[in-house]
Amino acid sequence: MSKRRPYVRSMDGWWKRDAYFVKYMAREVTAVFVAAYAVVLLVGLVRLAQGQAAYEGWLAALKSPLSLVFHLVLLATFVYHTWSWFNIMPKTMPIMFVGGKRVQPGMITGAGLAAAVVACLAVLLIVRGVAS
Amino acid sequence: MKRSNEPIFWSLFGAGGMLAALIGPALVLITGIAVPLGILFPADTMSYAHMLAFAQSWIGKILLLAVIALFMWHAAHRIAILLHDFGVHAVTVVKVVCYGLAFAGTVIAAWTLLGL
Amino acid sequence: MTDTEKVIEIQVLRYRPEQETEPVLQSFKVPFTDDMSVLQGLQYIKDYLDGTVSFRWSCRMAICGSCGMMIDGKPKLSCKTFLREYYPAGLRIEALAHMPIERDLIVDAGDFITKLESIKPYIIPKEPRTLEQGEYLQTPQQRDMYEQFSSCINCMLCYAACPQYGLDKTFTGPGVLALMHRYNADSRDGASAERMDLGYAHEGFWGCTAVGYCSVVCPKGVDPANAINQNKMNSAINYFTRFVTPKGGTK
Repeated sequence: MSKRRPYVRSMDGWWKRDAYFVKYMAREVTAVFVAAYAVVLLVGLVRLAQGQAAYEGWLAALKSPLSLVFHLVLLATFVYHTWSWFNIMPKTMPIMFVGGKRVQPGMITGAGLAAAVVACLAVLLIVRGVAS
Repeated sequence: MKRSNEPIFWSLFGAGGMLAALIGPALVLITGIAVPLGILFPADTMSYAHMLAFAQSWIGKILLLAVIALFMWHAAHRIAILLHDFGVHAVTVVKVVCYGLAFAGTVIAAWTLLGL
Repeated sequence: MTDTEKVIEIQVLRYRPEQETEPVLQSFKVPFTDDMSVLQGLQYIKDYLDGTVSFRWSCRMAICGSCGMMIDGKPKLSCKTFLREYYPAGLRIEALAHMPIERDLIVDAGDFITKLESIKPYIIPKEPRTLEQGEYLQTPQQRDMYEQFSSCINCMLCYAACPQYGLDKTFTGPGVLALMHRYNADSRDGASAERMDLGYAHEGFWGCTAVGYCSVVCPKGVDPANAINQNKMNSAINYFTRFVTPKGGTK
């Protein structure tokens, strides 16, 4: 009979084992806040369809201190999402060459973050332009 | 080996994640902070008349649906993985609930936009 | 040996299946010099303090891939890690995470080996070639497409770094999937479609959630996270276009 008795270790609480895993979980948890923001917008859309009084109730709710604090938290998590999204981006891209030279991971992350800054500024300026 | 259907959900996850990464911070800043506080933008930026006109235009409908639905599909995919990561191994139940909610949100948004 | 006055505490996770139901830490005081690796520390223990401490090693120069272990919780090659980095605090050594402990620092690598064999980790030529036709030609750029992924030494550090493998043993895992990509991406190879049967499955690339720690711990700079995740886009495109393209993908 075999004397082998391989010991399998538990995975409970694995994400606390390494700072790298904590960072990974922080990236994944941003999704909860993305979902929350989508729900806020969806509620606004439904209220819009229900008429002026309903929609203005939603607008008023956005002005409450609780909502403002909540959206500041949302803003922070969205910025973290943007940062982490483009940080993992080089891993998802095939090996690319520009002018015979391999494109370095830092360049992909940098280009992505630059694109995000440009896109955000564009949205802010367009909304401001259309609204005024 | 059974081919995974993951590409469907992964594509929606990727599209939503990219959209959120590119313009998410600006959207939150506008709708949740600047406009409610009355700073940076005119006071009537998100007034009933303005938003109704926006949601009635085709470009507005497409943008609103894209943001709401894709954000939801992005989040659904990550939350499903998050639950798995935290040790919830009822994979099918988790997926049905997460993707079901994203699907419901998409249908409600599309239905509402088409009715405006 | 001139400078042996320094002594470091090494805690080793022991597991002797015939006498313990679960692993226990055992502490050793090891005199060391600045040029001593963690592996040499273990060899000192085995030679002078406790001959029953079991661990794998062979080359002592980071190419055989035998001596991987958790050193203060991080997957590392013990021959490539130095005791001086842990002085004076001491260090804790455990068997590689996510794999069953066979005995002390030795893990059961059977699952990894089975998976490695399953992806046919060798070049399967597109068509038979005679000696007269000469060697296969490859441009430097064609070589660059796979070269870094070919540096894998099967040390399994990436498996100890991958929570998805730890959570679900049906996942093929970083090292083997990186090798799958290594052969698929080689211009001389023609068996990509065959290998991608596994690649397209949940057990293949889709089991990865892009944690990325595999690429951090890899002692050879293989970057398995990149090898795996760059396949997701291709796999998704193939998934949606397989019915419309003439030679669209597998099944």
